[in-house]
Amino acid sequence: MFGQMSDKDAGIDPATPRLELRGVNKQFAGVQALSDINFRLGRNEIVGLIGDNGAGKSTMIKHICGYHSPDSGEILFDGVPVHNLTVERARQLGVAAVYQERALADLQTLWRNIFIGQEIQTRFGFLDVRKMRRETHKLMLESMGFTSTAVTPESVVKNFSGGEKQGIAITRALYFDADIVILDEPAVGLSIKETDKLLQFIQSIKKAGKASILIDHNIFHVYEVADRIVVLDRGKIAGRFRPKHRNVIELTEIMREIAETGHSSVPDDPYEEPVSDTEETA
Amino acid sequence: MNGSMTDTDQTALDEATWGRGVSLLHDPKRFASTYAGQLGITGAFLLLWIAFLVTAPDTFTHIEIYAAFAATIPLFGIVAMPLTMVVTAGEIDLSFPSTYALGMVGFVLTWEHTGNVPLAIAVCLLIGAVAGLINAFVIVQIGVPALVATIGTLFFFRGLSLVVIGGRNITLIETRPSILFRLFVGELYGIPMQFFWLLLAAVATWFLLNRHKYGAALYVIGDNIQTAELQGIKTKQVRLILFILVGVAAAFSGILSSLFIVSFFPSVGDGQLLPALAAVFVGGTSVFGGKGTVWGTLLGAFMIGTINAGIVAAGLTGFYTQLIYGAVIVVSVSIHAMVQRRFG
Repeated sequence: MFGQMSDKDAGIDPATPRLELRGVNKQFAGVQALSDINFRLGRNEIVGLIGDNGAGKSTMIKHICGYHSPDSGEILFDGVPVHNLTVERARQLGVAAVYQERALADLQTLWRNIFIGQEIQTRFGFLDVRKMRRETHKLMLESMGFTSTAVTPESVVKNFSGGEKQGIAITRALYFDADIVILDEPAVGLSIKETDKLLQFIQSIKKAGKASILIDHNIFHVYEVADRIVVLDRGKIAGRFRPKHRNVIELTEIMREIAETGHSSVPDDPYEEPVSDTEETA
Repeated sequence: MNGSMTDTDQTALDEATWGRGVSLLHDPKRFASTYAGQLGITGAFLLLWIAFLVTAPDTFTHIEIYAAFAATIPLFGIVAMPLTMVVTAGEIDLSFPSTYALGMVGFVLTWEHTGNVPLAIAVCLLIGAVAGLINAFVIVQIGVPALVATIGTLFFFRGLSLVVIGGRNITLIETRPSILFRLFVGELYGIPMQFFWLLLAAVATWFLLNRHKYGAALYVIGDNIQTAELQGIKTKQVRLILFILVGVAAAFSGILSSLFIVSFFPSVGDGQLLPALAAVFVGGTSVFGGKGTVWGTLLGAFMIGTINAGIVAAGLTGFYTQLIYGAVIVVSVSIHAMVQRRFG
């Protein structure tokens, strides 16, 4: 329903990473926050980005979102380097970040939250409230899985659970054609049931033929949904692994080793060109 | 088979219904909880009115008192409209009473030098916009909290007005022949023009707040400014416009207040701070931001404006005015807080 292939994809080799960081370095007041980051995100893969607090996960993400610019190195979208990436430009290029605490405006209704900053307007410049309510209702049934009649487009989002709120934010991002959805610690403070719901939403990103970066310091959340796991430690990429090649206990061991020594004795899993679900089924 | 047909019908019905929003006829219960605040203030307004009708029937069954309300309530009611938006956005502006005077200083000086009333009005409104811009600069650009910044400009604008005009009172009797005089403070079918300006301000504010991108941005900013920024709302620009709107409305109210008494006093606007803010808060706009109601402010303004006359007409001495005034404010904001906890 979100459109499997957007115009952006036309004429681009599917093997070209949707997003790539090449040799990205960043210092803050003399401290090396990121050093020589090389990172790829396929067009239809979910990458888990894990690492301890202070490993550089957020700094790396802020580069992709346009909040920081690298001291050296390049950020490429569809193989094209983008210099002086701004927040606005990143958004235009399809990047959407979803933060648990800051995703939604709590006192506002569901339909207002879906359309924050991107309201549908009538010819006369007024809000087309009727259309936005209908679209919201459609999204609720088709993507958010709200079937209860207690929830309506006029419901205030304050009383939704943490998982539901992020579901709304993910739905919003996909609705507005984002194809790189970044989730920052989405499972923090969620119950097991809520986390399951959240993981379903993350899988819906994959089903919609889009890509996601999932930041977490808990390997268990990431393991279930990620195609690849990238481990950051002290500003460096310390390992790249594929959940389908390793079990979660093995990965936990590797994580512990990295946390202690800064690198892993286990070699990286080979980088395979990510295969898109849409191509497989086509 | 039949089941799935019904489901589809239900979906179609829901979609048609949801396009319209919460309907009183389809779902009175949900309507009541969605609009609890607005219904509450409407009830309170009616109660107060009935109380005055009972205690002072001579006054409140005659048209004269309503004509008086229609003439004086807009003098603070109009500025309460953009203030509703300010509070909704989680900001505050306490400087507007002085902007009444600052704008009028521009009016008076222009009019004395040129005798041109339209030009004087234009200068007045422009000064209001500049005053708003100064507030916005200090608050949005320098980052001083609005509460503190506008206490400062409250004194500054009043002081500037007094210095420039040298404390003079000026009669505006010669502006009377101007058609604009009648447009601002004349009468239409026996109803003071100020009342129509208030209605216009209320309708315009309602559309801006509830049916325009600008108002949508205000709600989100007042609710969670980080969310607004992450979703690409230009929060600085939106807040800047907000303070300019208050400045222009205050300057406009300065014109109405002065032409209404056909004289300019450098103290014009003094005493409008509390009624205007009380109208906003009594009306149910949230002190915490993110929620605002123009309907509530309109009724709030009439409640606040009625109290004074009502108390005197009910045979109580003027000493009771402030007592009842205060009680109405405290009780109504308490009720709003309780309603929000229950339904919000």
